[in-house]
Amino acid sequence: MMLAQIIMAAEPVVRDAAAANVDWVSVWDFVRNVLTVISLAGGLFFVLAGAVGVIRLPDFYTRLHAAGMTDTLGAELILFGLILQADGWQVIAKLLLVAFFLFVTSPTATHAVAHAAYKAGEKPKLGRWRAPTLEDEA
Amino acid sequence: MRDPMPYIMLATALFLIVGMVLMLTRLIGGPSLYDRLLAVNSFGTKTVLFLCVFGFIIDRPDGIDIALLYALMNFIATIAVLKFFSYKALTVDLRVIPEPSKDDAS
Repeated sequence: MMLAQIIMAAEPVVRDAAAANVDWVSVWDFVRNVLTVISLAGGLFFVLAGAVGVIRLPDFYTRLHAAGMTDTLGAELILFGLILQADGWQVIAKLLLVAFFLFVTSPTATHAVAHAAYKAGEKPKLGRWRAPTLEDEA
Repeated sequence: MRDPMPYIMLATALFLIVGMVLMLTRLIGGPSLYDRLLAVNSFGTKTVLFLCVFGFIIDRPDGIDIALLYALMNFIATIAVLKFFSYKALTVDLRVIPEPSKDDAS
């Protein structure tokens, strides 16, 4: 029902655009560039947040959590942004392969590191923890 | 209007390098051995992303082959180093579930 209303509302707009001879290639380029910028910015946000978390968090398991979660999502977002910019099916296929392998191997490596550390007796920090301020560092 | 995409790719590569430098600080100053291994693994992931973006910056995306190879090698290297750290040898038969060596874990 709502979809039908939307389509009926959009129909004269599309007809006007066709009558005005809109260049659909440039419209697609604009949408593609906007999507790429959003995707790259999101991926960079996650990657840098993970890096800051690895620097700042107090013990090994929390650092592993920060790095493992954010690297997977950030890498997928950045590779999605690159796929939108690629021309030629070979490049797209290679980028999809890279995304697939990162999607499979990154959580597996994280799990393996956590498992090995746990088996070797690495203990997590328990209890309340206060982040060091600049006065503590100095 | 000039094409803004090369500048955006360049900014992405620079921020990825910033993330790699942060990982290097954890790699150098990490208190335990597993912290360093985690930093190496995450550094490798960022390197793969940087290689992909760099292929687009120099307008020759064929370099993504190298990124693909690096992603696989990064995983294999992490697993191999973990096995070496856990069992103090690379020629351990994992089908018989050996005891991990518990001495000097960190």
